[in-house]
Amino acid sequence: MTRYSALNLLREAGRLHSGWPEAWSSRDPKTSYDVIIVGGGGHGLATAYYLAKVHKISRIAVLEKGWIGGGNTGRNTTIIRSNYLWDESAHLYDFSLRLYEGLSKDLNFNIMLSQRGVINLAHTENEMREIQRRVNSIRLNGIDSEILTPEEIKHFVPIINLSNKCRYPILGGSIQQRGGVARHDAVAWGFARAASKLGVDIIENCEVEGFLISNGQVHGVNTNRGIIKSNKVGLVVSGHAGVLAERAGFRLPIESKPLQALVSEPLKPFFNVVLMSGKVHVYLSQSDRGELVMGAGTDSYNSYSQNGSFQVIEQMMASSIELFPVLSRLKVMRMWGGIVDVCPDASPIIGFSPLKNLYLNCGWGTGGFKATPGSGYVFAHTIAHEEPHDLAAPFSLKRFSSGALIDEHGAAAVAH
Amino acid sequence: MLLIPCPWCGLRAESEFSSGGEANISRPYVNNDLSDNDWADYLFYRKNPKGWHQEQWHHVKGCRRWFNVERHTVTHEIRKSWPMNSSSDSND
Ligand SMILES: Cc1cc2nc3c(=O)[nH]c(=O)nc-3n(C[C@H](O)[C@H](O)[C@H](O)COP(=O)(O)OP(=O)(O)OC[C@H]3O[C@@H](n4cnc5c(N)ncnc54)[C@H](O)[C@@H]3O)c2cc1C
Ligand SMILES: [Zn+2]
Repeated sequence: MTRYSALNLLREAGRLHSGWPEAWSSRDPKTSYDVIIVGGGGHGLATAYYLAKVHKISRIAVLEKGWIGGGNTGRNTTIIRSNYLWDESAHLYDFSLRLYEGLSKDLNFNIMLSQRGVINLAHTENEMREIQRRVNSIRLNGIDSEILTPEEIKHFVPIINLSNKCRYPILGGSIQQRGGVARHDAVAWGFARAASKLGVDIIENCEVEGFLISNGQVHGVNTNRGIIKSNKVGLVVSGHAGVLAERAGFRLPIESKPLQALVSEPLKPFFNVVLMSGKVHVYLSQSDRGELVMGAGTDSYNSYSQNGSFQVIEQMMASSIELFPVLSRLKVMRMWGGIVDVCPDASPIIGFSPLKNLYLNCGWGTGGFKATPGSGYVFAHTIAHEEPHDLAAPFSLKRFSSGALIDEHGAAAVAH
Repeated sequence: MLLIPCPWCGLRAESEFSSGGEANISRPYVNNDLSDNDWADYLFYRKNPKGWHQEQWHHVKGCRRWFNVERHTVTHEIRKSWPMNSSSDSND
C-alpha cells in the first residue's frame, strides 16, 4: 500500500495518477476467523482496526451486506462534539473526540476534521438556564464549553435573525469550540484502508442471515456466502440490531426509526460553525462545497425504509428560515434517510449480549458518528479482553434491568 | 406522509396523529413478585420487527381517541386499524 504523502502525490501527478493502488483489498471470506465483525459502517471498521492495531489480533473479518459506509455512516450530518451532560457520556464522547483529533495522522487518510465550533441556541429562559447548568457540568469534566450572548452568536453567524419580534427569539447559547464536522465517507474509507493494511479482511456484499449457536454460545455466522466460523462475533449493524438479535433469539431495548437529512444548492461560504437549535428544531452547517446540510429529529414511527415523512423535512426547513429568514428562497438538492437504532435512554449499548461469544455495539441512534473512533476502540478492548473497557462498562445491556440508565435525551437540547 | 385510517374519522394525514409505539402492552399485574428483568421488559423492551407491526396511534388533532393500526415497517402500508380493546386485538 502506498503511503499518502506530498511526495507520492507529486510523483503520481507526474504520471497522471495511473499508479495509485486500491485503498483496501476486497476479499472472499475464509472459513473461519478469530473475530468476525458484522457491519461495515464506521463503528465496525474502527473496531476491526483497533483489534488489529492495539490487540494484535490477526485473523479478523468485517462482513458488510452492502458496501462499506453505505449505512448511517454515509448518511449523517457529520456533527462531532463531546459536550454531553452525564459523566459516563462525557468521558466516552470526549475520548472519541480526542481520537478524532489525531485520526488523519494515525490512519494516513485525511478525514477533513474541521473544528469550527458547535453552537447550541436557547430560545426561552428555561432553555437558557438549562444551557448554563450543562455548560457548568461539562466544564467540570474538563471539556471546553462556553456561554454566548446573542451578540456573540451574531459574531459567529452574521446572518442570524436576532429580532425579538419572532416567535422564538434567541436569548443566548453555548459553544464547544473543539466541536465541528468531518468527512463521513473518509472516516469509513480511512478505517477500512488502515485495517486492510493490517491484514483485516473487508468483505462486502456479505449478509449475515443467522448464527451458529450451541449451548448458549455463538460459534459463527450463516451468510449468503456460506458459513463462517468464529468464537467471537461483534454485532455493529445500527438500525438492524433488532433484526439480528431476533435471529440470535433475544430482544433488545431498541426501536428503529428513520432520521432524515437534506442538502441545499451550493452557496458562497457564509456560515462557518455548526448551529443547533432544539426549540426551533434543526441543526445546520455549510459543507465545503457550499451546500447547507440540515437535519432534525427522527420520524415518530418504527421503520426500516430509508425514508421518512415529508412533514419532518418541511418542519426542518421552516426552522431554518426562522433562524435565517434570508434563506427563504433556498432550493433543496437532495434529501435522504437512515435507519437509526434508538435506545430508551438515548445512550448506546456496548458489551456482552445474552449469548456467550456474541458482543453488542449498537443503540447509537441519532448521534453515533461523533463516537466512531472511541466506540471502535472501547469495543475492540471489550472483545479482546472479554471484559468491558472502563469507558464502556456503564453502557452495558444490563443497565435496563438494574436501572442505571444514562439519560441523554436532549443531551445538549437537540438529538445530536 | 402517512395516511392513517382513524376508526372514527376515516383517512387523515399523519400530521394529525401522534405515534404511541407497540400495541397491546399491558402493565404487569403483581408488582411485588416481578423480577427486575420482567419490569425492564415492560418498561423498555419493544417489538421492532422488519415487517408487519401492530402499533397504537392517537388522533391528537382530531377526535383525540387512541386506536390500533397494523402497518408494514418497510413499505409503510397500513392494512387495518381498529378501536382499542376490540376483538381484533391479537395477543401474540
Ligand atoms: C440523517 C442522519 C443524520 C445523523 N447525524 C449525525 C450527526 O450529525 N452526528 C453524529 O454523531 N451522528 C449522526 N447520526 C448518527 C450516526 O450516523 C450513526 O450513529 C453512526 O454512523 C452509526 O455507525 P455504525 O457504523 O454503527 O452504523 P452504520 O454506518 O449504519 O453501519 C452498519 C452497517 O451494518 C450493515 N448491516 C446491517 N445488517 C447487516 C447484516 N445482516 N449483515 C451484514 N451487514 C449488515 C449495514 O449495511 C451498514 O453498513 C446521523 C444519522 C442519520 C441517519
Ligand atoms: Zn379520529
